[in-house]
Amino acid sequence: MNKKEKKSGKKSPAGDKQETGSTKIIQRFLKTNHLRELENESIFVFREIAAQFQNPILLFSGGKDSIVLVHLALKAFYPAIIPFPLLHIDTGHNFIETLEFRDHLVEKIQGRLIVGSVQETIDQGKAVEETGFNASRNKLQTTTLLDAIYAYKFDAAIGGGRRDEEKARAKERFFSHRDEFGQWNPKNQRPELWNIYNGRKNVGEHFRVFPISNWTELDIWQYILEENIELPGIYFTHTREVFCRDGVWLAYAPFMKLKPNEKVLVKQVRCRTVGDITCTGLTLSKASSLKKIIKEIAATRVTERGSRWDDKRSDTAMEDRKVEGYF
Amino acid sequence: MKNKIFKTKNINKPVPPIASLLRFTTAGNVDDGKSTLIGRLLYDSKAIFEDQMEAIELSRMRKGEEHINLALLTDGLKAEREQGITIDVAYRYFATPQRKFIIADTPGHIQYTRNMVTGASTADLAVILVDARHGIEEQTIRHSYIATLLQIHHIVICINKMDLVNFSQEVYEQIKNDYKSISEKLEVKDIHFIPISALLGDNVVNKSRNMPWYKGPSLISFLETIQVDDTINLTVPRFPVQYVIRPQSKEFHDYRGYAGMITSGFFNRDEEVLILPSGLTSMIKSIDTYDGKLQTAYAPQSVSITLYDNIDISRGNMLVKPDFLPRISQKLDVMICWFNERPLLLKGKYILRLIAGETRCMINEISFKMNINTLEKDSSDKHIKMNDIARISIKTVQPVFYDSYSINRSTGCLILIDEVTNETVAAGMMI
Repeated sequence: MNKKEKKSGKKSPAGDKQETGSTKIIQRFLKTNHLRELENESIFVFREIAAQFQNPILLFSGGKDSIVLVHLALKAFYPAIIPFPLLHIDTGHNFIETLEFRDHLVEKIQGRLIVGSVQETIDQGKAVEETGFNASRNKLQTTTLLDAIYAYKFDAAIGGGRRDEEKARAKERFFSHRDEFGQWNPKNQRPELWNIYNGRKNVGEHFRVFPISNWTELDIWQYILEENIELPGIYFTHTREVFCRDGVWLAYAPFMKLKPNEKVLVKQVRCRTVGDITCTGLTLSKASSLKKIIKEIAATRVTERGSRWDDKRSDTAMEDRKVEGYF
Repeated sequence: MKNKIFKTKNINKPVPPIASLLRFTTAGNVDDGKSTLIGRLLYDSKAIFEDQMEAIELSRMRKGEEHINLALLTDGLKAEREQGITIDVAYRYFATPQRKFIIADTPGHIQYTRNMVTGASTADLAVILVDARHGIEEQTIRHSYIATLLQIHHIVICINKMDLVNFSQEVYEQIKNDYKSISEKLEVKDIHFIPISALLGDNVVNKSRNMPWYKGPSLISFLETIQVDDTINLTVPRFPVQYVIRPQSKEFHDYRGYAGMITSGFFNRDEEVLILPSGLTSMIKSIDTYDGKLQTAYAPQSVSITLYDNIDISRGNMLVKPDFLPRISQKLDVMICWFNERPLLLKGKYILRLIAGETRCMINEISFKMNINTLEKDSSDKHIKMNDIARISIKTVQPVFYDSYSINRSTGCLILIDEVTNETVAAGMMI
């Protein structure tokens, strides 16, 4: 990112840092903003990753959480560029806007992008495409992800998982150990104390690291607003061909099968989370700015994963996928 | 008019700071209703969403229960829901207009002391549940001891299930007095008592109508207003170096920034610093962040510091100020909590890891084991097993720079790692 542009284009969010030191000022700093505390914690975790691992990778989905991750990584290593590449697991069923944004961001941060293709995994016969109305490639991503981790010998995969997202994630560590099969063992996690992170491992094992574990959905949105972080257009209101399935609005794409009672309509929608097009529920919304989105979210009564098809499959859908090596 | 002047004066008065983020831990025995309390906090503060509620309501109807089971909100893993117990530390989030809260929810079974220690390590405050019918029990003492061991200065004793003792003030006063006489053995700095009914919601978020004799705040309004800024030491400057930033770009060709978090105190530009372990001194040339250069940086800021002199500094080194030196030693006295199924090996070798550095070490001596139910020291039993708390002496290969945990949490804590399995086998606090 262009540093000059940043300086002129943006107010320093912690302008009061410039004062001279005394206990009183420290106390004022502590008080200012919980987002700063979360930011400092995440930066700390990023630096631990760079120090403890040989070959980390940042899992980039094009969603807001991974965009915030990239932003925090920029801050952690400034004035150097982010010292590891981004990995995008491409289901082949992405929103086109997500892919365009991804390439734009990679260029802007002078980063390196690796793409793992679910289509290739299917073509190689390592995964079988689901069939039926709710067919999704969401679960197939796990195979592609683990293949990429082993092919490139990544020893740490940095993800945008948050503990407030889902109950299985609530018990996840910042540094989460994966065995040589890429599996998570929720019953035998390493205790994690203070901010001392234990990333030691044997050959073939790897870690998943979650620098924004302690952030909530609202924190993410407020931070995006405060930092003026650029997002793909699909997060804001736009008109789109959609259909309603069991109370969830889904984007229509030509490869999707409709049930007899489902009709394609044109609506004003925005995405609250962004994943594979087949399982990303849309919110009917006219919110055209970050402020309006935050207002909507603050008043909303459904979790963001409440509109995700992948979690609705069963009560322990997330835990089951995580055990297998999902994000 | 007068009123206005008064108001202005009020604003200028130094307002006690309230951190906008409060991390607290909850401890209670299996049946003390801890999960219900947390469910209640989340539910009444509207941190629970419709889809989560729907799932719980469905479960209630399936089982034909009278009240919704708020505990279901927090039991995340399959095995936990099957057995109806909590296995692991779970982190919960909710916010009120005043504050954001992070709860480290820890299970209360005796075998899970390690989880309680883990949850307490990042907490500013501990909420301990007591069943009003049973009063103070062994586990209440255990939970309180662990909280004080981890230097949590603020403890709230929630006397729960008041509905089952007819909201009796006598019961409440009796438990309060019992606790006070026991807690004399502990170094509790700040203690509060709140009578609640987590099941019915009395004094959790809303004040109870059933206990007019209780004049204090509800749990949530207490948590919203308590000051906990004493968790970070504001006077002792410590900057452990995590990572060295070397852009090697055209613009920053010779840049060498020491990246880390100021874990306590503050640092100024153009100020003298001493580097450990070398003992060399230099001056701070700049304090850099992505958002610009700083004149002063405070705990807990993550920054990058450059020095005027070219000194070899790497991860595990620490910048301090010459008039605030930490202790430097290869022999450490430590209180530990053992985490692993394989017991501690006397004369065994482990990896000792501190905030930003590690060295190999050997357990030289076991001084005593703590009986955390009676708070007695047992110097005869030298077998340290999982969930035991003990005082030990460690000899390290490299000198370690540290502070006493009671003075500075951030530079007084450590973990021990098994060299073969790489597991975290113990948490330690420097004496």
